[in-house]
Amino acid sequence: MDQFAVKVFVRLRPSVLDPAGEATKSASIKLGAEGIKSLRIGKIIEVKIEGNGENEVREKIDLLCDRLFANTVIEDYEYSLEKL
Amino acid sequence: MDNFTVGVVVFPGSNCDRDVSWALEGCLDIRTKYLWHESSDLSDVDAIVLPGGFSYGDYLRCGAIARFSPLINALDDFIKSGKRVLGICNGFQILTESGFLPGALVANKNLNFICDDVELDIVSSKGGWFNYGDEKKTIKLPIAHGEGRYHCDSDTLKKLVDNELIALRYKNNPNGSSFDIAGITNEKGNVLGLMPHPERACDETIGGIDGLFTLKSLILK
Repeated sequence: MDQFAVKVFVRLRPSVLDPAGEATKSASIKLGAEGIKSLRIGKIIEVKIEGNGENEVREKIDLLCDRLFANTVIEDYEYSLEKL
Repeated sequence: MDNFTVGVVVFPGSNCDRDVSWALEGCLDIRTKYLWHESSDLSDVDAIVLPGGFSYGDYLRCGAIARFSPLINALDDFIKSGKRVLGICNGFQILTESGFLPGALVANKNLNFICDDVELDIVSSKGGWFNYGDEKKTIKLPIAHGEGRYHCDSDTLKKLVDNELIALRYKNNPNGSSFDIAGITNEKGNVLGLMPHPERACDETIGGIDGLFTLKSLILK
């Protein structure tokens, strides 16, 4: 069995308004940061997972992302995978 | 109401289950039974309410974890059999996360947790949940949510409109919902999800009775 470290990034789809991102953008500007054109907040989910090779692990992560980690009605996801 | 029994689902973090049960039993004389979310035996209930609250602490997304409970898995057959399911607030979020209703509920546009009474236009009486006829076109119900902004893509919205699946629209959209949507049904009409709380509007002394009709509709065949 191989072990992998997976980092899943979940983001609101571009078409979905992100009010928390807007509020943080507004605070960033109040802090004096200049030039911010857009700010959106997502999630990162870190998983350590075992499996027989990368393909099998990718299948498991795809299922998790599609069914649980992200709601694809409102969110997109992508992930990176590193063999430990 | 003979032996008609409404199952009120209890998740860890539900907090409107007792209100729903009280409104049904105390105000409408309809028998209720609490259903723990790990139960998948729905054989002795005739309709189901998924009440409001914060199932599983709203972890990950509202309703996202509750979706995987044995009871929600059993709900598919229950709904297909034509029995009625009402999802209120967090219950609505669970119904969308589970795919029983289209769309999703996301953070309110103004980021506030909004507690208020809202005026709602009855758009469709599909399923008989708001079938007041000409008697009533608008009702007033309380809302209490931080993540009640209904969102769907334009194709889904068109489908909702064309098939008369939009049950309620806010008169003064409080949370930024697409098309002012406050509640929708499935195509058959036996599943209703809404953000407002009908169970909190079942007695004149605590602010109105506009929720009674919808709760009473649970007993419709």
